[in-house]
Amino acid sequence: MNKNLCSLALSVFLAAVPLTQTVAAETTNLRIGTEGAYPPFNYFTADGKLAGFDIEVGRALCEKIEAKCTFVAQDWDGIIPGLLAGKYDVIIASMFITEKRKEKVDFTNPYQKSAMTFVVPKDSALTEFSPKALAGKTIGAQGSTTQGEYLSALYPDSDVRLYPTQDAVNLDLVSGRLDAQVGDMIPMLDWTKKSDDGSCCKLAGTPITEPKYVGDGVGMALRQEDDKLRQKLNTALAEIVADGTYKAINDKFFSVNILTLK
Amino acid sequence: MFELLINYGPKLLDGAVMTLQLTFISVSIAGLLSLPLAILRRSKNILWQWPIRLYVSFFRGTPLLAQLFLVYYGSGQFRPELTELGLWWFFRDPYYCALLTFALNSTAYQLEILRGGLQAVPYGEVEAGVALGMPRRLLYQKIILPHTYRIAFPALGNEIILMLKGGAIASVITLLDVMGHTRRVFSQTFDISVYLWAALIYLVITTVFVLVWRLLERRLTRHMFYQRDIKRITPVEATSTKMEASNVN
Repeated sequence: MNKNLCSLALSVFLAAVPLTQTVAAETTNLRIGTEGAYPPFNYFTADGKLAGFDIEVGRALCEKIEAKCTFVAQDWDGIIPGLLAGKYDVIIASMFITEKRKEKVDFTNPYQKSAMTFVVPKDSALTEFSPKALAGKTIGAQGSTTQGEYLSALYPDSDVRLYPTQDAVNLDLVSGRLDAQVGDMIPMLDWTKKSDDGSCCKLAGTPITEPKYVGDGVGMALRQEDDKLRQKLNTALAEIVADGTYKAINDKFFSVNILTLK
Repeated sequence: MFELLINYGPKLLDGAVMTLQLTFISVSIAGLLSLPLAILRRSKNILWQWPIRLYVSFFRGTPLLAQLFLVYYGSGQFRPELTELGLWWFFRDPYYCALLTFALNSTAYQLEILRGGLQAVPYGEVEAGVALGMPRRLLYQKIILPHTYRIAFPALGNEIILMLKGGAIASVITLLDVMGHTRRVFSQTFDISVYLWAALIYLVITTVFVLVWRLLERRLTRHMFYQRDIKRITPVEATSTKMEASNVN
């Protein structure tokens, strides 16, 4: 019985080998995984199309490496497993480069600088954000993210709640279920300054930049065996930064240069 | 795979406690509410019948996830009003929101199950009670309700199991039940086997529940087994004595 199973598994595996080879050879087709729930980086427009900074950077890169790109939307929780399972070849979804993620995937050079920030309601009395000051408070963040990990690790005495999407965290900060949340700097800036419901709230405290949690910036994630593609993307990234394409996209979405945060 | 269980097993068990709590409390509340509502639902007065019909069709006709979102994020939109009514402390807590949603949902299902049970009580038995001059209360107590629950029992067990598993969506409003902890562990380890352990926990809980429910059902229908046992014993004993007799020969 066991032997049969083994040989069955082996034959399935052998049958799959030529298939994966042909996929790897077709570098002109690139499937890009993204979340689609993280404005202004990647989100769905009202008519159901993916848009945002990540998407436009992705398109610009594809043009440089002369690949035909398709975007795949995937929930954040499963975005790395989806990459490993071969559902797409690269993740461009504003993902922080962290040691832990590097155990599973490789990253390109950073295409954004990273920082996290506390956000509180405008009438909040909170000014201190040390773990001691926030003991007993309810703090939210999106799950499976660096900010979620940061809170779980450093704020054991607070009620840390992790949500499936950033939108859900925002909703609960607006409704007052949360005393504070931790989010990525840029989207939080965008949310508090530009959206209606975000006007309830403000950034607070000093930006969190501890490399252990925010990593070395924001990168594109690839399977570890796809080193060729990684190098190609790195070259293309350097090219779009040099020729001003990056800046043009950046200025469309942000008032600061998010590659330098200056 | 087993390493994962050693490191994160206690968390999964914490989650199991939360899952059991949520299921047990909401199903119990629903159990208390569903009987009076089922009786009212059978009343000919449309003032009783129609609101209950509407309630049932809403909670049976929409996904539990949508109901949970409506209660949780919906109530968040009405914070000033709820604060004024003194109810915000309740809706602020995701745990209470989940309990409320699950209880309302399960009530709708249990109500329909009991309605079916009430309808299936043989009319002759009720008539016999009436003929004996039983008052309505006694009629329900001695004839209608025991019969109803006997009929409804397997379906109720089914509904409780569905609630237990459906309750897994509580994790999307940040509650750390089995599924909530599982998702957290998965995001920290990227080890898919944690979902296998979670599935096993659910399987163990439902298996134990099924066994307990079967015992209860046996107890509730013991008169039927008693009769069957008598029928069974008589022919077997008869043949065995015959066989003994033939052995002697």
